[in-house]
Amino acid sequence: MLKNSFLCSSSRVSIASLTVVAMADEIILLDFWASHFGMRVRIALAEKGLKYEYREENLWNKSRLLLEMNPVHKKVPVLIHNGKPICESLMIVQYIDEVWKDKSPLLPSDPYQRAQARFWADYVDKKVPQLYHELGKKIWYTKGEEHEAGKKEFIECLKFFEGELGEKPYFGGENFGFEDVALVPLSCWFYTYESFGNFSVEDECPNLMAWAKRCGQKESVSSSLADPHKVHGFVMEMRKRLGID
Amino acid sequence: MAEELKLFRTWSSVFALRIVWALKIKGVEYETIFEDLSNKSPSLLQYNPVHKKVPVLVHNGKPIAESLVILEYIDETWRETPLLPEDPYERAMARFWAKFGDDKVLTSIFWGVFLKEGKEQEEAMVEAMEHLQFLEDELKGKTFFGGERIGFVDLALGWLANMISIFEEVAGLKMVDEDKFPLLAAWMQEFADSPIIKDNWPPRDKLIAKFQALRDAKLAAAASK
Repeated sequence: MLKNSFLCSSSRVSIASLTVVAMADEIILLDFWASHFGMRVRIALAEKGLKYEYREENLWNKSRLLLEMNPVHKKVPVLIHNGKPICESLMIVQYIDEVWKDKSPLLPSDPYQRAQARFWADYVDKKVPQLYHELGKKIWYTKGEEHEAGKKEFIECLKFFEGELGEKPYFGGENFGFEDVALVPLSCWFYTYESFGNFSVEDECPNLMAWAKRCGQKESVSSSLADPHKVHGFVMEMRKRLGID
Repeated sequence: MAEELKLFRTWSSVFALRIVWALKIKGVEYETIFEDLSNKSPSLLQYNPVHKKVPVLVHNGKPIAESLVILEYIDETWRETPLLPEDPYERAMARFWAKFGDDKVLTSIFWGVFLKEGKEQEEAMVEAMEHLQFLEDELKGKTFFGGERIGFVDLALGWLANMISIFEEVAGLKMVDEDKFPLLAAWMQEFADSPIIKDNWPPRDKLIAKFQALRDAKLAAAASK
């Protein structure tokens, strides 16, 4: 009896001294390979060195999981962290930055600079629908006056960003951050805009192009952006579907 | 160093009202500068060259624009009575609902239902009702969107608490039916009657006149096309 209780108490001591093994974070990303918004999240996850499961969505036949996890907007990207969904790319990026705050911060720590970063990311968000759905479509799918108007306005938008960037290496200043994450996915679409629009981003906006290349040198960006030639192929495919070619 | 805090606003802007509420909840002193949007001051154009809109908060000479961005700035700078939750997931949810309010609820109710008529209005109404249902569901088990007390989402959606009745009166139709949206209707009342909030609503008769004129002008323009 005594021997048993000695053994029992020493077992209890050894169990208590075992380090509790933390359950690994389960991260799933519902995304579409060419999505500007999805790329932002991929960049943020890569910046933090996080392992996750990427699930490709067919936007013309959305999965039940996507519709369950994002019933309000039914859109990608959706981050599912330990079963809990977070939607809207800039919110996902902020969430990632806040949870994994000890590595590669994307937002500055000063409240005023954070406000500026959020303001600019919000500005990009307001511009993205116009850049892709209005101007992109004019450049890729139309001809003549409409095509020229789309091209002109697109270049004006890029020039605005060029102006805001100025001589800085990144939009936020010395370091790659939130605003850069918000905008840089557009750069893998440059080749497509250039070839259908017959212009050069580098000629029109040399600083912006330099910024895009600088960001592209980061592993987190180059591994997250879509292949520009694949994007071009995608638009070619859309043109065929629309009966343009 | 004495804080210098200025808020550029108009008397009726629902976006500026959020900032008024936040600053008063935090007990922060500030100076108000009223703008006439048909004749914007050089200061406003200097402080918000990108959007040229109100509200703009200028703190010790440094401007912040976009009301939800300003709210987060206020919350991070004056940390008493926090507006956003501590937990990152809850914060992400709060930001989500605030943005949903602006992008979907406000857009469908104001641009869709209020400023249209006939078939277009009917279609916008269906969409608006779907959006309101999401808000109704979000209120289950809560007094405020923030829980037991007013938070970020309540301030972001606060315009519903008085503008809905203005829109309903001017457009002559019911948008938030208490039978369909009991929690939302209760929240609207609770929010509207809360201390600080209830003392800062713009004058109702002025709002009615303004939005009546806006609706008339918009419908006339649409009819003449």
